[in-house]
Amino acid sequence: MPQSENVVRVSGVVKEFGPLRVLQGVTFDVARGQTVAIVGRSGSGKSTLLRCIAGLESIQGGEIDVCGNAVGLPGSANRARLRRDVGMVFQSYNLFPHLTVERNITLALTLVKKQPKAEARKVAADVLGLVGLTDKIAAYPEQLSGGQQQRVAIARSLALSPQVMLFDEVTSALDPELTAEVLAVMEDLARRGMTMITVTHEMGFARRVADLVVFMHKGQVWEIGPTAELFANPKTAEFTQFIGSEL
Amino acid sequence: MSYVLDFSFMADKWPAFVAGAWLTIQLTVVSISLGFVVGTVCGLVRVYGHPLLRRLVGFYVEVIRNTPLLVQIFIVYFGLSSLGLKLSAEVSAIIALVVNMGAYTTEIMRAGIQSISRTQMEAADCLGLNRLQTIIHVVLLPAMERVYPALTSQFVLLMLASSITSQISAEELTATANLVQSDTYRSFEVYIVVAVVYLALSALYRFAFWAIGLVLFARRRRLGTALQ
Amino acid sequence: MNHIGPNQLIYLVEAARWTILLSLIAFAGGSVLGLALALARVSKIGALRLLASGYIQVIQGTPLLIVLFLSYFGLGIMGYKLVPLVAAGLSLTLYAGAFLGEIWRGCIEAVAKTQWEASDCLGLNRFQQYAYVILPQAVRLAIPPTVGFMVQIVKNTSLASVIGFVELARAGQIVNNSTFEPFVIFTCVAAIYFALCYPLSLAARALERKSHAAK
Repeated sequence: MPQSENVVRVSGVVKEFGPLRVLQGVTFDVARGQTVAIVGRSGSGKSTLLRCIAGLESIQGGEIDVCGNAVGLPGSANRARLRRDVGMVFQSYNLFPHLTVERNITLALTLVKKQPKAEARKVAADVLGLVGLTDKIAAYPEQLSGGQQQRVAIARSLALSPQVMLFDEVTSALDPELTAEVLAVMEDLARRGMTMITVTHEMGFARRVADLVVFMHKGQVWEIGPTAELFANPKTAEFTQFIGSEL
Repeated sequence: MSYVLDFSFMADKWPAFVAGAWLTIQLTVVSISLGFVVGTVCGLVRVYGHPLLRRLVGFYVEVIRNTPLLVQIFIVYFGLSSLGLKLSAEVSAIIALVVNMGAYTTEIMRAGIQSISRTQMEAADCLGLNRLQTIIHVVLLPAMERVYPALTSQFVLLMLASSITSQISAEELTATANLVQSDTYRSFEVYIVVAVVYLALSALYRFAFWAIGLVLFARRRRLGTALQ
Repeated sequence: MNHIGPNQLIYLVEAARWTILLSLIAFAGGSVLGLALALARVSKIGALRLLASGYIQVIQGTPLLIVLFLSYFGLGIMGYKLVPLVAAGLSLTLYAGAFLGEIWRGCIEAVAKTQWEASDCLGLNRFQQYAYVILPQAVRLAIPPTVGFMVQIVKNTSLASVIGFVELARAGQIVNNSTFEPFVIFTCVAAIYFALCYPLSLAARALERKSHAAK
């Protein structure tokens, strides 16, 4: 039985937007099955870091490794492998408005994984069941609430059977009542053993569900460690202040 | 001098008008379809293409939109012929109309394509769709839906502009009108009849494009709402 | 058979002056008609609205060439023989009036309803509302699309060639009939039209950007 290998390895990552250095050398690893919460103030670089791991942004220094493949390298073969292994859920859900929920999910299955239509539809039904929206399979995104759309977005990424799921502040755009249903789905996923990295403001969720917490400040990993221990014994003034302001 | 309107020529000349209308329909359906394809490809180039290609398309669009269709038709028909390429009036008409339609469609489709937010493209990218798949499945149809009214108007304008091809003796409705009025000398009545036929064609085309829109845009058909 | 030389080019450029003149006539006439149509379209009198709307729909659904033929050949057969310049001016006025009317109606309607309410509360009557509050704002909104439409007017003057008026396109045909170099000649003709139209297109775009920036 294999040791818990590192699904994501981030090593000394530097990211610049023109003259602005947003990430100043970030290093941490994520083991299989772990749930990692990246927290920090706006501008700390947490979303940028997630987007680099997802391959949406290039990096100017350091290395990112996802399931054994280097990220941030040019070359489409690499990219295709990355897309199979990584699922990303965005703050603005980004469902395709002109397609039904079912088609949103089956689109990549048929086009990218080349699955036959019948098989793809079955997968769609399954993942929608996981997020509790089986009855919305024929609806269009505009007919759903924000929370429902976000759950469909999660299902859409899940359908591709990724090795790791990335969540970029997925509840920030939602009303408080709708946030709970999305967090419940994420919690369920974590319990099922999905490797997850989530950028979040939801401290309650982070404390309850995350195994590892990464606190970012000014583009660097300021504090990192197992959840309970980190929150119980903050080592830096910045993190202490941060916890205080978020609770 | 008093003039009495006399439409009696219609009794035996009406088949000519029907035939002329049918020829205009054939000519313009072909030109609209090809022009739309040209315009969509150029619109995509304008948004996603190599900088040099973008400038070329931009140049093409500006030249066509700032010169009259009549002159464009003359260049294709008379001009190319003098360079050795002798084309029939119908083929020349189609080429000129396609080139013309392509330029206007480029601008319209460019606006539609740019209205698709970058985050939609990122979502498709993260799902593993390649560039071409993203363009076909995520960009083009919603882009078209957004600019469909402008597209429809442009299509109808092209149908009306096809009357200009009568000047190189292309067989279509206006040329038919010229023939009939030289036969019957009832110029006023003939052109009134033709105006009515064009009005009917305009309405017909608008209806056809509305129906096509219903077929293409399933979401709109089912929900009745505009795309956000 | 002549060869193309500076004389031909000068002839073309001189004919372009008639293009400009015809464009100005069309714009002037079209503006008067367009303003009347726009006001009729937003008036409280249903019959006026219907008439204006009907007229615009007819013109917008008919090729300009047919309107030209009606004005020249049609009226001619009826006994009203108009010289080509007048027939072309009339046709282009009827055409421009319809399109400008539509554009300007849109601009009048684009002025916020709250402007109507505010001026009404101040006690202005309908005429005063239009003259002092609504139209000035509508005019500012109308400038970019109107300048843009002038490009269409200039291009459409080329159709006057069909009824024999010697403007730029007709001049090109005349030169071609003596030199038989259609490709070169009509390309020159196109270039002159471009020189007339492109600055207008650029101006319209610049005005559009400015009016958006101001918002």
